[in-house]
Amino acid sequence: MSKDKTQQSVQTTGHTWDGDLQEYNNPLPRWWLWAFYATIVFAVAYWFLYPTLPIGRDYTKGIGNEITYTTADGKTVTTHWNTRALFLKEKEEARKRQAVYLEKLSQVGYEDIARDPELSAFVFSRARVLFADNCAACHQAGGNGVPVEYPNLLDDAWLWGGTFADIEQSIANGRTGTMPGWKDQLPEPQIDAVVEYVLSLSGEAVDAEKAATGKPVFMNNCTACHGQDGKGQKFLGGANLTDRIWTIARVTQANSLDGKRNAVREVVENGKRRTMPAWKGRLSDTEIKILTYYVHELGGGQ
Amino acid sequence: MTQPQYQARIAVHPRSVKGRFRTLKTAILLLAYAVYFLLPWLRWDRENAPDQAVLFDLAGRKFYVFDLVVYAQDIFWLAGLLVIFALLLFFVTGLAGRVWCGYFCFQTLWTDLYMFVERWIQGDRNARMKLARAPWRADKILRLGATWLAWLLIAVTTGVTFVLYWGDAPVLLRQMLTGEAPFAAYATVGFLTLTTFVMAGLAREQVCTYMCPYARFQGVMFDENTLIVAYDEQRGERDKGRQKPRKGLMNREARIAQGVGDCIDCGYCFQVCPVGIDIRDGLQYQCISCALCIDACDTIMDSIGHPRGLVRYTSENALAGKPTRLLNPKNLGYGAALAVTIGALVWSVAHRADVELAVYQIRQPLAVSLSDGRVQNRYRIKINNKTERRLTYRLGQEGLEPEAEIDAGRFRQFTLEPEQMLPLQVKVRRDPRHVRQVRESFAFVLEPVGQGEAPVVRHATQFYTPPAQVRGDAHAG
Repeated sequence: MSKDKTQQSVQTTGHTWDGDLQEYNNPLPRWWLWAFYATIVFAVAYWFLYPTLPIGRDYTKGIGNEITYTTADGKTVTTHWNTRALFLKEKEEARKRQAVYLEKLSQVGYEDIARDPELSAFVFSRARVLFADNCAACHQAGGNGVPVEYPNLLDDAWLWGGTFADIEQSIANGRTGTMPGWKDQLPEPQIDAVVEYVLSLSGEAVDAEKAATGKPVFMNNCTACHGQDGKGQKFLGGANLTDRIWTIARVTQANSLDGKRNAVREVVENGKRRTMPAWKGRLSDTEIKILTYYVHELGGGQ
Repeated sequence: MTQPQYQARIAVHPRSVKGRFRTLKTAILLLAYAVYFLLPWLRWDRENAPDQAVLFDLAGRKFYVFDLVVYAQDIFWLAGLLVIFALLLFFVTGLAGRVWCGYFCFQTLWTDLYMFVERWIQGDRNARMKLARAPWRADKILRLGATWLAWLLIAVTTGVTFVLYWGDAPVLLRQMLTGEAPFAAYATVGFLTLTTFVMAGLAREQVCTYMCPYARFQGVMFDENTLIVAYDEQRGERDKGRQKPRKGLMNREARIAQGVGDCIDCGYCFQVCPVGIDIRDGLQYQCISCALCIDACDTIMDSIGHPRGLVRYTSENALAGKPTRLLNPKNLGYGAALAVTIGALVWSVAHRADVELAVYQIRQPLAVSLSDGRVQNRYRIKINNKTERRLTYRLGQEGLEPEAEIDAGRFRQFTLEPEQMLPLQVKVRRDPRHVRQVRESFAFVLEPVGQGEAPVVRHATQFYTPPAQVRGDAHAG
């Protein structure tokens, strides 16, 4: 029994080019064609279900394809399908998951957060986003600040105090730090002398005699904010002048001792005023608590 | 005279055949199915982990394969495995042609099974062809319905079995039957049922002929030495071509004397072909090298007393009378590459560390100056205990001065449960007087506390000091 006639030899399309160039006609399977038709049907159905055609200033919004979500204020909104609504719906679900932690957080103290690894993991995650959204504009993404302008939150020097309570106060109510300028109040030799003394407090290799003459100037003018021992006054935001960190003087950037003198002189003569904004009202109490914990852990708090 | 541009599928009704290669195919099929369907149910004793021998725990991010636990960090092994599969395919194809297609491809296995079922319910080739042409009467409805039902059951079982690899089999099966399984399980079963039914039951050889890219590029992997299924044209046709047996051509000597070929034009080789080609036309792209035509022709040759091998596995060189050189550079090259890759993967698996330490230096910022003048770098450390034991470690450093301070937060010593991953943030503080260069290499060291067998783990990293402070004095300008 020979094979069926169903096996035909491949024919050409019938055209001939350039004398002898021909083309085989291998028929496409019919199911392939119908699969292609199916994709067209699918596409048309898709056009009806989803926002598709622009018409003038408007557009077709899709039939029977609506999304309902609840905003943070509690309003229920129903719109035609769009990815923004999908996103807000996901946010709604995320808020529900976070609410559990936020509820718990509002009731515990800072030490309790440290003891609970799951809670502190949540605080860190949430804080990273809050910090990036609110704090990083000035304090930079890593918290290292901008020299002279915005304080470095990563080191262990705290102008206004580094306890949980101090940090919370800074964030919630803000701070205004004022270093007065003494240009018009003190004669130049006295300014030079007190600059020498201040540098000596930090252990710089200064002219000891000149530094000694600067000490009385310091005692008369600077101790109110910087303390008798120069170690700072956290209630006034007076810096600790005896450590190796310079918050508003470009001392670390200076190459020589004279450069450092100039840096300190600049601050003593002209002063500096910086403001930490108050976040109470813009952030909830729990959010401030989260940021406080985070900042405290960043700098190895007090 | 042109053909239409589209044509309906020409139904292929392969006839049954017995022979060496049919037996081999069936044996491979049974072995493959035994492994596929039974493996999820195999239990394996583990201390603190699931007791399924082969389990791909996606949610837990661990794959269990007998004694080996594959973690997310080991995913590059999968890349290595895929490279090996590709090289193995090219190597085998260069040597033996499309034997993957004919013997082991899952499309072939399931289509073969579906055709067994079809033959069992509807009968052999002639019966099936008659049934296909018959009008829709009770007998046809019953037979086709039963076939489709059997196919559906096989498809569902295939889909369910696939899902069972991703969870504990007894538990997951019970959940699926009571409606408690996750949606992904039902969706996967549904999808695989549909695709198995359509591909193995309805599409069959259309997958090999039109969909599979392997069919199209196998041509470039073949050469004159590759093993192919071929019809010995010289022997089959001789001078006068093939002719059916008739008076005067009843035995082989008569056929040879008259210059007639050995092929008696019975058409059996065409009837058994699952992709519907005639191998006597030569090697065609649709041929999946399943060798059923070899069995068919051998059976006929046996029955009329002629020697076997009119259709046989051979190479183009052999057909032309030249020796088949399988040890050619291409095959040797693929073989060597394969050996190297397999060796590398085996070595990598055997030498996977029990405890892994990953260290990422925090770069934003790289360094902080502290109030006492020291420089601080921060690192995010992840310690992964990949053993079944509880391990206790102490964190230290190697390569920096002994005065360098390691601050790991609240703990310096910590205990890891089996298969636990512990993230830590560690601060390293150094007096700049000890620093010679802006970037200095050192290593974090995990020393085991208590048990002596735990490995010491090291990970190299760097300490960054701002240039202005290198060789600096913490306490003087």
